[in-house]
Amino acid sequence: MWKQARWEEPLIHEIGDTRTNGFLISKEDVPDVASNVKSRAFKRTVVNMPGLHEIEVVRHFIRLSQMNFGVDNGIMPLGSCTMKYNPKAEVIGQELVETFHPSQDPSTVQGILETLYELQTIFEELTGMDRCSLAVPAGSSGELAGVLMIKKLNIDNGINKDEILVADTAHGTNPASASMAGFKVIYVKSNEEGLLDLNILKNIVSDKTAGLMLTNPNTLGLFEQNILEISKVVHEKGGKLYYDGANLNGILGIVRPGDMGFDIVHLNLHKTFAVPHGGGGPGAAAVCAKNELTDYLPSPVLIKQDNRILIKEPEKTIGKMSSYFGNVGNLVRAYVYLLGLGGEGVRSVAIMSTLATNYLITKLKGVEGLTLFPNNSRIRKHEVVFSAKNAKDSYGVSAEDIAKSILDYGIYAPTIYFPQLAEEAIMIEPTEGEPLYALELLAEALRKIMETARKEPEKIRMSPYNTSVRRIDNVYANKPTTITPTYRVLKRRERGENVTL
Amino acid sequence: MLDFHPWMPNLSKINEMLKVIGLANTEELFSDIPPYVKFVNSFTSLPQEPLSEYEIQNLIDNRKEKNAKLIMPPFLGGGIYPHYTPKVIKEILGRQEFYTSYTPYQPEMSQGILQALFEYQSLIADLFEMDVVTSSHYEWGTALAEALLMAYRITGRKTVIVPKSVNPRHLKVVKTWISGKGIRVIEADIDRSGQLILEDIEKKMSQDTAAIYIQQPNFFGVIEENIDYVFELAEKYNALKIIGVSPVSLGLLRSPGEYGADIAVSDGQELGIPMNFGGPLNGIIATRWEQKLIKQLPGRIVGLTKDVENNRAFTLILQTREQFIRREKATSNITTNEALIALANAVYLSLLGGKGISELAREIYNRAHYAFKGLTEIRGIEPYLESDFFEEFTILFNTDYDEIHKKLLKNGIHGGLQLKDNVALFCVTEVHLKSMIDYMIRKVAE
Repeated sequence: MWKQARWEEPLIHEIGDTRTNGFLISKEDVPDVASNVKSRAFKRTVVNMPGLHEIEVVRHFIRLSQMNFGVDNGIMPLGSCTMKYNPKAEVIGQELVETFHPSQDPSTVQGILETLYELQTIFEELTGMDRCSLAVPAGSSGELAGVLMIKKLNIDNGINKDEILVADTAHGTNPASASMAGFKVIYVKSNEEGLLDLNILKNIVSDKTAGLMLTNPNTLGLFEQNILEISKVVHEKGGKLYYDGANLNGILGIVRPGDMGFDIVHLNLHKTFAVPHGGGGPGAAAVCAKNELTDYLPSPVLIKQDNRILIKEPEKTIGKMSSYFGNVGNLVRAYVYLLGLGGEGVRSVAIMSTLATNYLITKLKGVEGLTLFPNNSRIRKHEVVFSAKNAKDSYGVSAEDIAKSILDYGIYAPTIYFPQLAEEAIMIEPTEGEPLYALELLAEALRKIMETARKEPEKIRMSPYNTSVRRIDNVYANKPTTITPTYRVLKRRERGENVTL
Repeated sequence: MLDFHPWMPNLSKINEMLKVIGLANTEELFSDIPPYVKFVNSFTSLPQEPLSEYEIQNLIDNRKEKNAKLIMPPFLGGGIYPHYTPKVIKEILGRQEFYTSYTPYQPEMSQGILQALFEYQSLIADLFEMDVVTSSHYEWGTALAEALLMAYRITGRKTVIVPKSVNPRHLKVVKTWISGKGIRVIEADIDRSGQLILEDIEKKMSQDTAAIYIQQPNFFGVIEENIDYVFELAEKYNALKIIGVSPVSLGLLRSPGEYGADIAVSDGQELGIPMNFGGPLNGIIATRWEQKLIKQLPGRIVGLTKDVENNRAFTLILQTREQFIRREKATSNITTNEALIALANAVYLSLLGGKGISELAREIYNRAHYAFKGLTEIRGIEPYLESDFFEEFTILFNTDYDEIHKKLLKNGIHGGLQLKDNVALFCVTEVHLKSMIDYMIRKVAE
């Protein structure tokens, strides 16, 4: 039986003190002018922050790492997150960039610029777009860049369009980004088959439509097969088609967003291109465009001239999404990953991830309490959604209960409660990186859980049992009188101060 | 189609899997894609066949040869700073349980990263003397943009005042990020010593001012002396007080909390993160304890709680602000953040403690002043802005700086950042040994 490590690890604040310094600061024989300064900007008190000795720091964080779980520990079938294996060779890329300052004379960093330029070119070909910018730190900033590009293009052309359409299956970032860009968000419903409803789209699209944000395959794992028709409908009204690249993995190299009629694309390199997630980030991204929209890309883009790589600001750029070149330390990781795949390997990724999804679906067929959503036999691509509504109605076991119970098998939980149109949604993305027996383990675990849910629902509702801690008290975590985002707040409360929200 | 690849374990089991599913071949997996949009060509931007790890290593090693080999860290700052990264950080970040984990949506299985991020928030809170810290943003520029958007939502006002001494790169990022909401940035003048001008700020304040933002030390390295007065002005107009600080400077300079700031922004890059050609970084946002500020915070926050057995535990809190729940009404679109960099910052801060960060800040201050003195003693070279500074200072040359830059580069040294024809911003930190500084000064003088 799997059991996660459980250290009752104290906080740094409970074991450290402000007098301890676990790291020797390099000192040089230069005049100590700092001691003679009389300025009202200088600190008059000590920095009240605890320090630890080196061994204490190392032990503390190693113990914490043992209470964490990543792809290197086991399968993480999080839908729409593409938690694929992160090849260790990627670190080779980082060696190229680590010690370089982004404001260095371009003549001193041609090796880096050439690499970034090549990566940019690879993404242009993989997406079927004319130009990419790598200077966006993550996916949703790519989305914001994309909708700002559409906005600026319209302003330049004297066109007034203030609505962005998003599918009801869209990632939450789509409406959030559109709203940040100042657009009104209009939802387009999906039909019974789980695809964008073309008739509804035709009714909603108007002269006010600046664009449609779509991911294809959508978050139900279904390929929007009417995509060319969708493209036509949106374009006829002068709208642009935005491709949310979060779900690219299942069609990578098989069909390109550019060929499907998309005008702007963002890529999540920490999904499709195997950059590690780092517990939430850093990610890396690219935003790509076609035709006149390339002039609006975030600055900079790289161009090649007489065998030199030049840093260029696109003519009508929306500006800068990040201060320099994006998350370069991760961009080069994606570059290594792509070289390691080669052109043939890129296609295999799509085939093998799609194969894994459909294999899993077959293995889960007939499991009571889990229903495929929508319940049809269409081929899924990178991911699949099940509804646990029956389990909820019949045994009082929710999608969350099922997710917690999976943890007890040493398997991370799928994404739950998304997409919202599936009640009690459980969204699974197995990726191409998982060996067959890992897929079997996942299927077997779900089968057992659903069986237990039927016989002893309480057991599932009380799970997990084998993780570092038992089920979290979310009410206490968010209660105005107990909410505690820092140790400082904890101490203030202990001193009797009124710190409530 | 490949029949073997180290990162795809099931290539040899395709037929077995197809049979289970009931498909004849892999093409059937894509039969719902209109055939005429499919991409059937070979990719020309990639090698056809996978490269082996050793081939990749060689390719990258060759690329390294195309980068110049400097004999010492560059004297460049302006937003990214050369500092030393303790080896402990690399070892801890190398723990793949952290590195390959996801955003802790399942807290029961992710206590490690959650506690680490809570400790990051707590250590930054101590250093900044602020109560609430989010668990990371992309970088200083986007953190600042989010802070200004908070001010806009809280006050309903649409202008922000920013002196001309803030980092121009941050300002460019800010202008892009807030452009969608139609927020206007009004720039305030600075005087000849690089200090902000109170009268000018007052003149530009109005009932439409959502916030004032000040950077300490400012972009020119100058230590601002009049922050208290500017913040008094902000209070008079009920505008938010936002400050941007170098985290290392807080070992020597007053903290955002001491200034009574509403929101503080910063970047964790200076806390143990290699320059990496400009990213990944870590945008820091901290606020004092006030409901209207906390409810408008963007991004993830980790909080302390307990499990059903009353054990101490950690989890993401206040999630109803976030995009996956609130969608278009969310406080931000941020999803992926910079958690691993925040973790590195926590390791760094716990290694140094308050004592170490103070020692480090003093050492940097002293070395920067040593370099400044040496450079300005050269005939024809003068200070450009006459104010005290922390780790960066501006130098006025009697020739085009480009000539100095080329001369230094020929000697394997990368000088400061050119600001104008004959003005450059030099950065000196603990990675510039005295002997390096002396050598650089000698080469400038030659």
